[in-house]
Amino acid sequence: MELLAFGKTGWGDELFYATLMTVAVSVTAMIVGFLFALIFTPLKLSKYKTLNFVGNFYTTVIRGVPELLVIYLLFFGGSGAIMYVASIFGYYEYIEINAFITGAVAIGIISGAYSTEVFRGAIQSIDKGQFEAAKVLGISKFVQFYKIIFPQMLRLAIPNLSNVWQITLKDTSLISVTGLVEIMRQSYIAAGSTRDPLFFYSFAAVLYLLLTYISMKLINKLEVKYSRGY
Amino acid sequence: MDFDLMITSFPKLLGATVITLKLLLASLFFGLFLGLFFAILRLNKNIFINKFAYGYSYVFRGTPLLVQIFIIYFGLGQIEYLRSTVLWVVLKEPYWCAIIAFTLNTGAYTSEILRSAFQTIKPGIIEAGKSLGISNKIIFYKIQIPIAIRQSLPAYGNEIILMMKGTSLASTVTLMDLTGVAKYIISTTFKPIEVFIVAGGIYLFMTFIIHNVIKYLEKKYSFQQ
Repeated sequence: MELLAFGKTGWGDELFYATLMTVAVSVTAMIVGFLFALIFTPLKLSKYKTLNFVGNFYTTVIRGVPELLVIYLLFFGGSGAIMYVASIFGYYEYIEINAFITGAVAIGIISGAYSTEVFRGAIQSIDKGQFEAAKVLGISKFVQFYKIIFPQMLRLAIPNLSNVWQITLKDTSLISVTGLVEIMRQSYIAAGSTRDPLFFYSFAAVLYLLLTYISMKLINKLEVKYSRGY
Repeated sequence: MDFDLMITSFPKLLGATVITLKLLLASLFFGLFLGLFFAILRLNKNIFINKFAYGYSYVFRGTPLLVQIFIIYFGLGQIEYLRSTVLWVVLKEPYWCAIIAFTLNTGAYTSEILRSAFQTIKPGIIEAGKSLGISNKIIFYKIQIPIAIRQSLPAYGNEIILMMKGTSLASTVTLMDLTGVAKYIISTTFKPIEVFIVAGGIYLFMTFIIHNVIKYLEKKYSFQQ
Protein backbone atom coordinates (compact mmCIF):
# COMPACT_ATOMS: atom_id res chain seq x y z
CA MET A 1 0.00 0.00 0.00
CA GLU A 2 2.91 2.36 0.67
CA LEU A 3 3.73 2.24 -3.03
CA LEU A 4 0.50 4.15 -3.59
CA ALA A 5 1.12 6.79 -0.93
CA PHE A 6 0.67 10.41 -1.93
CA GLY A 7 3.70 12.68 -1.77
CA LYS A 8 7.35 11.99 -2.47
CA THR A 9 7.48 8.45 -1.15
CA GLY A 10 4.70 6.87 -3.17
CA TRP A 11 3.16 6.91 -6.62
CA GLY A 12 -0.39 7.77 -5.52
CA ASP A 13 -0.45 11.40 -6.62
CA GLU A 14 1.41 10.68 -9.87
CA LEU A 15 -1.08 7.99 -10.78
CA PHE A 16 -3.95 10.26 -9.79
CA TYR A 17 -2.78 12.99 -12.17
CA ALA A 18 -2.10 10.37 -14.84
CA THR A 19 -5.71 9.23 -14.51
CA LEU A 20 -6.88 12.81 -14.97
CA MET A 21 -4.65 13.01 -18.06
CA THR A 22 -6.24 9.85 -19.49
CA VAL A 23 -9.68 11.35 -18.95
CA ALA A 24 -8.59 14.67 -20.49
CA VAL A 25 -7.13 12.98 -23.58
CA SER A 26 -10.20 10.75 -23.98
CA VAL A 27 -12.62 13.67 -23.74
CA THR A 28 -10.56 15.80 -26.15
CA ALA A 29 -10.25 12.88 -28.56
CA MET A 30 -13.99 12.26 -28.38
CA ILE A 31 -14.67 15.94 -29.22
CA VAL A 32 -12.14 15.88 -32.07
CA GLY A 33 -13.87 12.69 -33.22
CA PHE A 34 -17.25 14.44 -33.21
CA LEU A 35 -15.81 17.20 -35.39
CA PHE A 36 -14.54 14.60 -37.85
CA ALA A 37 -17.90 12.84 -37.74
CA LEU A 38 -19.66 16.14 -38.39
CA ILE A 39 -17.64 16.50 -41.60
CA PHE A 40 -17.72 12.91 -42.81
CA THR A 41 -21.28 11.83 -41.93
CA PRO A 42 -22.84 14.21 -44.51
CA LEU A 43 -20.24 12.99 -47.03
CA LYS A 44 -21.23 9.37 -46.45
CA LEU A 45 -24.91 10.24 -46.85
CA SER A 46 -24.30 12.46 -49.87
CA LYS A 47 -25.87 11.79 -53.26
CA TYR A 48 -22.63 12.55 -55.07
CA LYS A 49 -20.34 9.60 -55.74
CA THR A 50 -17.08 11.50 -55.21
CA LEU A 51 -18.14 12.82 -51.80
CA ASN A 52 -19.40 9.37 -50.94
CA PHE A 53 -16.04 7.89 -51.85
CA VAL A 54 -14.18 10.36 -49.61
CA GLY A 55 -16.44 9.50 -46.66
CA ASN A 56 -16.14 5.76 -47.20
CA PHE A 57 -12.38 6.01 -47.70
CA TYR A 58 -11.94 7.66 -44.30
CA THR A 59 -14.03 5.17 -42.32
CA THR A 60 -12.72 2.11 -44.16
CA VAL A 61 -9.04 3.00 -43.86
CA ILE A 62 -9.16 4.08 -40.23
CA ARG A 63 -11.25 1.13 -39.13
CA GLY A 64 -9.10 -1.34 -41.08
CA VAL A 65 -5.67 -0.19 -39.96
CA PRO A 66 -4.30 -0.73 -36.42
CA GLU A 67 -4.58 2.24 -34.07
CA LEU A 68 -0.89 1.99 -33.26
CA LEU A 69 0.04 2.54 -36.92
CA VAL A 70 -2.10 5.70 -37.08
CA ILE A 71 -0.43 6.96 -33.91
CA TYR A 72 3.05 6.31 -35.33
CA LEU A 73 2.08 8.14 -38.54
CA LEU A 74 1.03 11.23 -36.59
CA PHE A 75 3.83 10.97 -34.06
CA PHE A 76 6.58 10.79 -36.67
CA GLY A 77 4.83 12.66 -39.46
CA GLY A 78 2.77 15.25 -37.57
CA SER A 79 5.39 17.92 -37.00
CA GLY A 80 6.80 17.35 -40.51
CA ALA A 81 3.38 18.01 -42.03
CA ILE A 82 2.83 21.14 -39.93
CA MET A 83 6.29 22.42 -40.82
CA TYR A 84 5.60 21.83 -44.51
CA VAL A 85 2.38 23.85 -44.28
CA ALA A 86 4.20 26.55 -42.30
CA SER A 87 6.95 26.73 -44.92
CA ILE A 88 4.36 27.66 -47.53
CA PHE A 89 3.56 30.67 -45.38
CA GLY A 90 7.24 31.50 -45.03
CA TYR A 91 7.93 30.07 -41.59
CA TYR A 92 11.01 27.85 -41.50
CA GLU A 93 11.71 27.34 -37.78
CA TYR A 94 11.40 23.89 -36.20
CA ILE A 95 7.91 23.25 -34.85
CA GLU A 96 7.30 20.59 -32.26
CA ILE A 97 3.75 19.56 -31.46
CA ASN A 98 3.28 18.44 -27.89
CA ALA A 99 2.38 14.87 -27.08
CA PHE A 100 -1.07 15.77 -25.81
CA ILE A 101 -2.17 17.30 -29.12
CA THR A 102 -0.63 14.49 -31.18
CA GLY A 103 -2.33 11.88 -29.00
CA ALA A 104 -5.70 13.59 -28.86
CA VAL A 105 -5.74 14.14 -32.63
CA ALA A 106 -4.60 10.59 -33.41
CA ILE A 107 -7.19 8.99 -31.14
CA GLY A 108 -9.71 11.60 -32.32
CA ILE A 109 -9.26 10.56 -35.95
CA ILE A 110 -9.85 6.93 -34.92
CA SER A 111 -12.88 7.60 -32.73
CA GLY A 112 -14.20 9.94 -35.44
CA ALA A 113 -14.39 7.03 -37.88
CA TYR A 114 -16.46 5.01 -35.41
CA SER A 115 -18.66 8.03 -34.56
CA THR A 116 -19.27 8.65 -38.26
CA GLU A 117 -20.62 5.12 -38.66
CA VAL A 118 -22.81 5.54 -35.58
CA PHE A 119 -24.28 8.86 -36.78
CA ARG A 120 -24.84 7.50 -40.27
CA GLY A 121 -26.73 4.52 -38.89
CA ALA A 122 -28.77 6.74 -36.56
CA ILE A 123 -29.77 9.20 -39.28
CA GLN A 124 -30.70 6.37 -41.63
CA SER A 125 -32.97 4.82 -39.05
CA ILE A 126 -34.99 8.03 -38.56
CA ASP A 127 -38.40 7.72 -40.17
CA LYS A 128 -38.49 9.18 -43.67
CA GLY A 129 -41.77 10.94 -42.83
CA GLN A 130 -39.88 13.26 -40.50
CA PHE A 131 -37.84 14.66 -43.39
CA GLU A 132 -40.90 14.92 -45.63
CA ALA A 133 -43.03 16.59 -42.95
CA ALA A 134 -40.32 19.19 -42.39
CA LYS A 135 -40.15 19.81 -46.13
CA VAL A 136 -43.92 20.15 -46.44
CA LEU A 137 -44.00 22.67 -43.57
CA GLY A 138 -41.43 24.73 -45.44
CA ILE A 139 -38.78 24.43 -42.72
CA SER A 140 -35.31 25.32 -43.94
CA LYS A 141 -32.70 22.56 -44.20
CA PHE A 142 -30.63 24.06 -41.39
CA VAL A 143 -33.52 24.24 -38.89
CA GLN A 144 -34.70 20.84 -40.05
CA PHE A 145 -31.35 19.31 -39.10
CA TYR A 146 -30.85 21.07 -35.77
CA LYS A 147 -34.41 21.01 -34.46
CA ILE A 148 -35.85 17.83 -35.91
CA ILE A 149 -33.23 15.36 -37.08
CA PHE A 150 -30.41 16.01 -34.60
CA PRO A 151 -32.40 15.48 -31.36
CA GLN A 152 -33.89 12.24 -32.68
CA MET A 153 -30.53 11.11 -33.97
CA LEU A 154 -28.94 11.68 -30.57
CA ARG A 155 -31.38 9.37 -28.85
CA LEU A 156 -30.70 6.59 -31.32
CA ALA A 157 -26.94 7.19 -31.28
CA ILE A 158 -26.28 7.30 -27.52
CA PRO A 159 -26.08 3.52 -26.88
CA ASN A 160 -23.60 3.10 -29.73
CA LEU A 161 -21.70 6.25 -28.81
CA SER A 162 -21.19 4.73 -25.39
CA ASN A 163 -19.34 1.88 -27.15
CA VAL A 164 -17.26 4.42 -29.07
CA TRP A 165 -16.41 6.12 -25.77
CA GLN A 166 -15.25 2.82 -24.27
CA ILE A 167 -13.07 2.14 -27.32
CA THR A 168 -11.64 5.68 -27.18
CA LEU A 169 -10.90 5.40 -23.47
CA LYS A 170 -9.03 2.14 -23.97
CA ASP A 171 -7.23 3.41 -27.08
CA THR A 172 -5.68 6.26 -25.11
CA SER A 173 -3.43 3.67 -23.47
CA LEU A 174 -1.68 3.39 -26.85
CA ILE A 175 -0.46 6.97 -26.88
CA SER A 176 1.83 6.08 -24.00
CA VAL A 177 4.25 5.11 -26.82
CA THR A 178 4.61 8.81 -27.67
CA GLY A 179 5.66 9.64 -24.10
CA LEU A 180 2.51 11.38 -22.89
CA VAL A 181 2.25 10.67 -19.16
CA GLU A 182 -1.15 9.03 -18.81
CA ILE A 183 -2.04 5.92 -16.78
CA MET A 184 -0.06 3.49 -18.92
CA ARG A 185 3.07 5.64 -19.18
CA GLN A 186 3.03 6.48 -15.46
CA SER A 187 2.70 2.79 -14.59
CA TYR A 188 5.61 2.05 -16.91
CA ILE A 189 7.75 4.66 -15.14
CA ALA A 190 6.67 3.47 -11.68
CA ALA A 191 7.21 -0.18 -12.63
CA GLY A 192 10.68 0.65 -13.92
CA SER A 193 11.83 2.50 -10.84
CA THR A 194 10.34 0.18 -8.23
CA ARG A 195 10.85 -3.08 -10.17
CA ASP A 196 7.30 -4.04 -9.37
CA PRO A 197 5.58 -4.23 -12.76
CA LEU A 198 2.97 -6.77 -11.67
CA PHE A 199 1.56 -4.43 -9.03
CA PHE A 200 1.58 -1.27 -11.12
CA TYR A 201 0.16 -2.76 -14.30
CA SER A 202 -2.54 -4.52 -12.31
CA PHE A 203 -3.31 -1.23 -10.62
CA ALA A 204 -3.49 0.43 -14.05
CA ALA A 205 -6.01 -2.24 -15.06
CA VAL A 206 -8.06 -1.41 -11.97
CA LEU A 207 -7.97 2.30 -12.84
CA TYR A 208 -9.23 1.58 -16.37
CA LEU A 209 -11.97 -0.67 -15.00
CA LEU A 210 -12.98 2.11 -12.63
CA LEU A 211 -13.13 4.62 -15.48
CA THR A 212 -15.21 2.33 -17.69
CA TYR A 213 -17.51 1.52 -14.78
CA ILE A 214 -18.12 5.16 -13.87
CA SER A 215 -18.67 6.20 -17.46
CA MET A 216 -21.15 3.36 -17.97
CA LYS A 217 -23.19 4.63 -15.01
CA LEU A 218 -23.15 8.21 -16.35
CA ILE A 219 -24.09 7.16 -19.88
CA ASN A 220 -26.99 5.08 -18.56
CA LYS A 221 -28.36 8.21 -16.91
CA LEU A 222 -27.97 10.13 -20.17
CA GLU A 223 -29.79 7.38 -22.02
CA VAL A 224 -32.73 7.60 -19.64
CA LYS A 225 -32.81 11.37 -20.04
CA TYR A 226 -32.89 11.30 -23.82
CA SER A 227 -35.39 8.50 -24.17
CA ARG A 228 -38.09 10.04 -22.01
CA GLY A 229 -41.32 10.14 -23.92
CA TYR A 230 -40.58 6.79 -25.57
CA MET B 1 6.88 10.62 -52.31
CA ASP B 2 9.77 8.20 -52.09
CA PHE B 3 8.66 5.32 -54.29
CA ASP B 4 12.00 3.54 -53.98
CA LEU B 5 11.53 3.26 -50.23
CA MET B 6 8.01 1.94 -50.73
CA ILE B 7 9.29 -0.74 -53.10
CA THR B 8 12.26 -1.76 -50.95
CA SER B 9 10.24 -1.85 -47.72
CA PHE B 10 7.42 -3.92 -49.22
CA PRO B 11 9.16 -7.35 -48.99
CA LYS B 12 10.33 -6.58 -45.43
CA LEU B 13 6.81 -5.68 -44.39
CA LEU B 14 5.39 -8.69 -46.17
CA GLY B 15 7.80 -10.92 -44.25
CA ALA B 16 6.60 -9.38 -41.00
CA THR B 17 3.01 -10.02 -42.03
CA VAL B 18 3.70 -13.73 -41.52
CA ILE B 19 4.23 -13.11 -37.80
CA THR B 20 1.08 -10.98 -37.63
CA LEU B 21 -0.90 -13.78 -39.26
CA LYS B 22 0.60 -16.44 -36.98
CA LEU B 23 -0.31 -14.39 -33.90
CA LEU B 24 -3.80 -13.81 -35.25
CA LEU B 25 -4.53 -17.42 -36.16
CA ALA B 26 -3.12 -18.86 -32.94
CA SER B 27 -5.04 -16.46 -30.71
CA LEU B 28 -8.27 -16.87 -32.68
CA PHE B 29 -7.97 -20.66 -32.49
CA PHE B 30 -7.39 -20.79 -28.72
CA GLY B 31 -9.73 -17.84 -28.13
CA LEU B 32 -12.63 -19.62 -29.81
CA PHE B 33 -12.39 -22.56 -27.43
CA LEU B 34 -11.94 -20.27 -24.44
CA GLY B 35 -14.90 -18.17 -25.57
CA LEU B 36 -17.09 -21.24 -26.04
CA PHE B 37 -16.09 -22.53 -22.61
CA PHE B 38 -16.96 -19.25 -20.89
CA ALA B 39 -20.16 -18.81 -22.90
CA ILE B 40 -21.31 -22.19 -21.58
CA LEU B 41 -20.37 -21.12 -18.04
CA ARG B 42 -22.41 -17.94 -18.51
CA LEU B 43 -25.47 -20.01 -19.32
CA ASN B 44 -25.00 -22.09 -16.18
CA LYS B 45 -27.68 -21.60 -13.55
CA ASN B 46 -25.21 -21.71 -10.64
CA ILE B 47 -24.77 -18.07 -9.62
CA PHE B 48 -21.07 -18.42 -8.68
CA ILE B 49 -20.06 -20.01 -11.97
CA ASN B 50 -22.18 -17.45 -13.78
CA LYS B 51 -20.64 -14.50 -11.93
CA PHE B 52 -17.12 -15.88 -12.44
CA ALA B 53 -17.63 -16.03 -16.20
CA TYR B 54 -19.18 -12.57 -16.19
CA GLY B 55 -16.25 -11.19 -14.16
CA TYR B 56 -13.77 -12.64 -16.65
CA SER B 57 -15.43 -11.03 -19.64
CA TYR B 58 -15.98 -7.76 -17.75
CA VAL B 59 -12.34 -7.40 -16.73
CA PHE B 60 -10.90 -8.30 -20.12
CA ARG B 61 -13.35 -6.13 -22.04
CA GLY B 62 -13.00 -3.21 -19.64
CA THR B 63 -9.22 -2.86 -19.71
CA PRO B 64 -6.99 -1.99 -22.66
CA LEU B 65 -5.25 -4.87 -24.42
CA LEU B 66 -1.92 -3.10 -23.83
CA VAL B 67 -2.34 -3.42 -20.04
CA GLN B 68 -3.12 -7.11 -20.43
CA ILE B 69 0.01 -7.76 -22.49
CA PHE B 70 2.17 -5.80 -20.06
CA ILE B 71 0.81 -7.65 -17.03
CA ILE B 72 1.53 -10.99 -18.65
CA TYR B 73 4.91 -10.11 -20.21
CA PHE B 74 6.45 -7.84 -17.57
CA GLY B 75 4.29 -8.65 -14.55
CA LEU B 76 4.18 -12.45 -14.36
CA GLY B 77 7.96 -12.75 -14.67
CA GLN B 78 8.21 -11.05 -11.31
CA ILE B 79 6.64 -13.95 -9.43
CA GLU B 80 9.58 -16.06 -8.21
CA TYR B 81 7.53 -19.22 -7.99
CA LEU B 82 6.51 -19.05 -11.67
CA ARG B 83 10.14 -18.86 -12.75
CA SER B 84 10.82 -22.32 -11.35
CA THR B 85 7.87 -24.03 -13.02
CA VAL B 86 7.45 -25.38 -16.52
CA LEU B 87 5.27 -22.36 -17.33
CA TRP B 88 8.37 -20.20 -17.40
CA VAL B 89 9.49 -21.80 -20.67
CA VAL B 90 6.39 -20.28 -22.23
CA LEU B 91 6.23 -17.03 -20.28
CA LYS B 92 9.77 -15.86 -21.01
CA GLU B 93 9.03 -15.76 -24.72
CA PRO B 94 7.35 -12.52 -25.86
CA TYR B 95 5.74 -14.48 -28.68
CA TRP B 96 3.82 -16.77 -26.33
CA CYS B 97 3.04 -13.96 -23.91
CA ALA B 98 1.43 -12.03 -26.75
CA ILE B 99 -0.57 -15.09 -27.81
CA ILE B 100 -1.74 -15.69 -24.21
CA ALA B 101 -2.83 -12.05 -23.85
CA PHE B 102 -4.61 -12.02 -27.23
CA THR B 103 -6.29 -15.35 -26.48
CA LEU B 104 -7.61 -14.16 -23.13
CA ASN B 105 -8.80 -10.91 -24.70
CA THR B 106 -10.52 -12.37 -27.74
CA GLY B 107 -11.89 -15.17 -25.54
CA ALA B 108 -13.74 -12.58 -23.47
CA TYR B 109 -15.31 -10.92 -26.51
CA THR B 110 -16.08 -14.27 -28.15
CA SER B 111 -17.80 -15.53 -25.01
CA GLU B 112 -20.14 -12.52 -25.10
CA ILE B 113 -20.86 -13.03 -28.80
CA LEU B 114 -21.59 -16.74 -28.34
CA ARG B 115 -23.64 -16.17 -25.19
CA SER B 116 -25.98 -13.77 -26.94
CA ALA B 117 -26.16 -16.16 -29.89
CA PHE B 118 -27.18 -19.02 -27.59
CA GLN B 119 -29.76 -16.83 -25.93
CA THR B 120 -31.41 -15.89 -29.22
CA ILE B 121 -32.10 -19.55 -30.06
CA LYS B 122 -35.82 -20.05 -29.77
CA PRO B 123 -36.79 -22.37 -26.88
CA GLY B 124 -39.15 -24.16 -29.26
CA ILE B 125 -36.24 -25.63 -31.18
CA ILE B 126 -34.73 -27.14 -28.05
CA GLU B 127 -38.16 -28.35 -26.90
CA ALA B 128 -38.74 -29.96 -30.29
CA GLY B 129 -35.46 -31.80 -29.89
CA LYS B 130 -36.42 -32.95 -26.41
CA SER B 131 -39.84 -34.17 -27.47
CA LEU B 132 -38.17 -36.23 -30.18
CA GLY B 133 -36.21 -37.94 -27.42
CA ILE B 134 -32.83 -36.54 -28.44
CA SER B 135 -30.35 -36.45 -25.58
CA ASN B 136 -29.28 -33.10 -24.12
CA LYS B 137 -25.70 -33.58 -25.28
CA ILE B 138 -26.73 -34.15 -28.89
CA ILE B 139 -29.19 -31.25 -28.76
CA PHE B 140 -26.31 -29.05 -27.67
CA TYR B 141 -23.78 -30.26 -30.24
CA LYS B 142 -26.06 -30.83 -33.20
CA ILE B 143 -28.73 -28.15 -32.75
CA GLN B 144 -27.59 -25.34 -30.48
CA ILE B 145 -23.99 -24.97 -31.65
CA PRO B 146 -24.70 -24.86 -35.41
CA ILE B 147 -27.46 -22.27 -34.91
CA ALA B 148 -25.25 -20.25 -32.57
CA ILE B 149 -22.43 -20.24 -35.13
CA ARG B 150 -24.79 -18.93 -37.77
CA GLN B 151 -26.14 -16.25 -35.41
CA SER B 152 -22.75 -15.06 -34.29
CA LEU B 153 -20.97 -14.92 -37.66
CA PRO B 154 -21.40 -11.17 -38.35
CA ALA B 155 -20.30 -10.16 -34.84
CA TYR B 156 -17.47 -12.68 -34.89
CA GLY B 157 -16.27 -11.26 -38.21
CA ASN B 158 -15.92 -7.87 -36.55
CA GLU B 159 -14.06 -9.50 -33.69
CA ILE B 160 -11.58 -11.12 -36.12
CA ILE B 161 -10.86 -7.72 -37.68
CA LEU B 162 -10.49 -6.10 -34.23
CA MET B 163 -8.13 -8.88 -33.21
CA MET B 164 -6.08 -8.44 -36.38
CA LYS B 165 -5.64 -4.80 -35.44
CA GLY B 166 -4.92 -5.87 -31.87
CA THR B 167 -1.95 -8.00 -32.93
CA SER B 168 -0.14 -4.74 -33.71
CA LEU B 169 0.37 -4.39 -29.95
CA ALA B 170 2.80 -7.30 -30.07
CA SER B 171 5.31 -4.74 -31.32
CA THR B 172 5.34 -3.19 -27.83
CA VAL B 173 6.84 -6.37 -26.38
CA THR B 174 9.74 -6.45 -28.87
CA LEU B 175 8.05 -8.68 -31.46
CA MET B 176 8.73 -7.61 -35.03
CA ASP B 177 5.28 -7.97 -36.51
CA LEU B 178 3.95 -5.81 -39.34
CA THR B 179 3.55 -2.73 -37.13
CA GLY B 180 6.87 -3.38 -35.39
CA VAL B 181 8.78 -3.49 -38.68
CA ALA B 182 6.84 -0.47 -39.99
CA LYS B 183 7.82 1.51 -36.89
CA TYR B 184 11.44 0.43 -37.30
CA ILE B 185 11.53 1.57 -40.93
CA ILE B 186 9.81 4.87 -40.05
CA SER B 187 12.24 5.62 -37.24
CA THR B 188 15.30 4.88 -39.40
CA THR B 189 14.19 6.70 -42.57
CA PHE B 190 11.83 9.34 -41.14
CA LYS B 191 9.42 8.80 -44.01
CA PRO B 192 6.20 7.96 -42.13
CA ILE B 193 3.74 8.53 -44.97
CA GLU B 194 5.33 6.12 -47.43
CA VAL B 195 5.65 3.35 -44.86
CA PHE B 196 2.12 3.98 -43.59
CA ILE B 197 0.73 3.58 -47.11
CA VAL B 198 2.49 0.23 -47.64
CA ALA B 199 1.85 -1.21 -44.15
CA GLY B 200 -1.68 0.19 -44.02
CA GLY B 201 -2.31 -1.27 -47.47
CA ILE B 202 -1.32 -4.73 -46.27
CA TYR B 203 -3.60 -4.43 -43.23
CA LEU B 204 -6.48 -3.19 -45.39
CA PHE B 205 -5.95 -6.10 -47.77
CA MET B 206 -6.24 -8.53 -44.86
CA THR B 207 -9.36 -6.74 -43.59
CA PHE B 208 -10.82 -6.98 -47.10
CA ILE B 209 -10.20 -10.74 -47.28
CA ILE B 210 -11.57 -11.44 -43.79
CA HIS B 211 -14.64 -9.33 -44.58
CA ASN B 212 -15.36 -11.26 -47.76
CA VAL B 213 -14.75 -14.68 -46.26
CA ILE B 214 -17.23 -13.89 -43.47
CA LYS B 215 -19.72 -12.59 -46.02
CA TYR B 216 -19.36 -15.83 -47.99
CA LEU B 217 -19.83 -17.95 -44.85
CA GLU B 218 -22.87 -15.92 -43.82
CA LYS B 219 -24.44 -16.58 -47.19
CA LYS B 220 -23.54 -20.26 -47.06
CA TYR B 221 -25.00 -20.81 -43.61
CA SER B 222 -28.04 -18.54 -43.96
CA PHE B 223 -31.43 -20.09 -43.31
CA GLN B 224 -32.94 -18.99 -46.59
CA GLN B 225 -31.05 -20.81 -49.28
